[in-house]
Amino acid sequence: MTELHTSAQATPVQLDRAAQWQRATEEPQWVRRTLIGIALAFLAAFLILPLLVVLVGAFEQGLGVWYAAVTEPDARAAIRLTLLVVVIVVPINVIFGVTVAWAVAKFEFRGKPLLISLIDMPFAISPVVVGLIFVILFGSQGWLGNWLSAHDLRIIFAVPGIVIVIAFGTMPFIARELIPLMQQQGKQEEEASLTLGASGLKTFWYVTLPNIKWGLIYGIILCNARAMGEFGAVAIVSGRIRGETNTMPLHIEVLYNEYMFTAAFAVSSILTGLALVTIAIKSTVEWWEQRTGATE
Amino acid sequence: MSTLTARLKRIIAIGLTAVSFSALTAQAQTVNLLNVSYDPTRELYREYNEWFAQQWRAKHNQTVNIRQSHGGSGSQARSVIDGLDADVVTLALAYDVDALRQRADLIPADWQERLPGNSSPYTSTIVLLVRAGNPKNIQDWDDLVRDDVQVITPNPKTSGGARWNYLAAWGYALKKYGSEEAAFEFVEKIFANVPVLDPAARGATNTFVQRRIGDVFISWENEAFLAVEQLGRGQFEIVVPSVSILAEPPVTVVDANVDRKGTRAVAQAYLEGLYTDDAQRLAGKHFYRPSNPVIAAEFSDQFPDVNFFGIDDVFGGWDKAQNDHFNDGGHFDTILENIARNR
Repeated sequence: MTELHTSAQATPVQLDRAAQWQRATEEPQWVRRTLIGIALAFLAAFLILPLLVVLVGAFEQGLGVWYAAVTEPDARAAIRLTLLVVVIVVPINVIFGVTVAWAVAKFEFRGKPLLISLIDMPFAISPVVVGLIFVILFGSQGWLGNWLSAHDLRIIFAVPGIVIVIAFGTMPFIARELIPLMQQQGKQEEEASLTLGASGLKTFWYVTLPNIKWGLIYGIILCNARAMGEFGAVAIVSGRIRGETNTMPLHIEVLYNEYMFTAAFAVSSILTGLALVTIAIKSTVEWWEQRTGATE
Repeated sequence: MSTLTARLKRIIAIGLTAVSFSALTAQAQTVNLLNVSYDPTRELYREYNEWFAQQWRAKHNQTVNIRQSHGGSGSQARSVIDGLDADVVTLALAYDVDALRQRADLIPADWQERLPGNSSPYTSTIVLLVRAGNPKNIQDWDDLVRDDVQVITPNPKTSGGARWNYLAAWGYALKKYGSEEAAFEFVEKIFANVPVLDPAARGATNTFVQRRIGDVFISWENEAFLAVEQLGRGQFEIVVPSVSILAEPPVTVVDANVDRKGTRAVAQAYLEGLYTDDAQRLAGKHFYRPSNPVIAAEFSDQFPDVNFFGIDDVFGGWDKAQNDHFNDGGHFDTILENIARNR
């Protein structure tokens, strides 16, 4: 910055050269405009338009119809179940993600590449297969079926099954965010903290956690969004009991299949709203952090 | 930064509290009943469940909480086999219900004889839905083999409803032309006119109604009424063919589940209640044909007379029909191969 400042005060020849140097690193005006235009067109076509369709569909028949659709007992139960699943799944995956990333980034051990590949597996497997895996495991014809029914335990076609498949499907999000971040940061700071006499937990809380918090928050947001929206695997293990094991995405499909398009869009608008709230929370946290960071 | 970690801690604490609360939610002093059904029965059972709960409370002074699960008939049966805790199943066809016996031994072999009318408290049939004014002048099954007609039906391999469609057409041709070969040829010609073979009945309805593909939609009678009444008033007409199949969607108590849960009495009363006059009227109101002829007569305006044939008379029961027509290497596979070759 200071160098640029002095060059601006120097002779006209140098200023001109500086300006030319600046232009050389930038694309011509038309390229920039085209690129921005393409990006905006994509956003409009694939993001804003569907969002509008959802909102128009939801409120087409007025606020009263929308309100009735989202406060109907089955819809309320679906919303409640979805939030319950998120509240269970996200903390589990935070613990898992931080643990795995910590292990991978800060330690050397045999089979580390294998572990990293395994973390990605839930992304690679189709959700339908994930659902079937758990049916084969916990279904009454499955491996653990007899034992579970003898102890009167219900996993699939009940809330635990839904939690398990969603936790499985969203497992990589936080770990995937944290591993590169922690690998890049290395372990000098932690080593310094430990040599200065801090305990392991203290080091984690005051050194590691502040360093990874953006990755963590971003991972939590992705994990949260995905947990609310997961469909394929849940559809298989849910049993679709109304008011009990239908999550919001399943409830939306049910409504759509029953020709209740307005209600389907109304519940969709809630799901979309939750996603928008998630994004808003992220921006607020960022803004807050910048402000407090500046005053500190 | 410390403010952020404090906030994170608080969020986690709130989350954990919410989890423990929901885990503690006490079980209410009611009897729970789970009815696993197929797609189009939702409105019927919503109303019937209220009626039954009221009756049960009056008689036994006990609250019965009936929960519903709806989906494709075959996949719903699959879920019950895999452990979905159904007290009763009310599915689209006997073949799907019988799978509960064949694959998991959840019900006895004589399940279909336990209630009147092959355990089907209401019946339906297969009709033809056409666009308003019947522009292609479709009157009967014969019109579906015309070159200028596009037919919509779901895939019999995956859809229970589509098997009824297929068998209805086959039975008609068998009656009219007198030989299996002629029936085969007739059904092949119909499927050659199908532009989109949806996997399930509701998807096919959407293809015909929302996407406006095809001239005629082979459909359950109750689905056709729903399309006419709810989806587009004045946009569709129902054409009742001269001959059609009597579709019997059966119901049964799932013995293994009710005995474990101790709900047999209420589950049985629930199904027997479907045969009462009140429930029969509800069935008629939701476009199913009441099995009680007296109540059916009250709905004679709604349901025109059809020359019915049953699956047992013409096809020798569901097992045989499934084996001859829809299993791998059956007639339907040959039909699809022929069509692919001729294209």
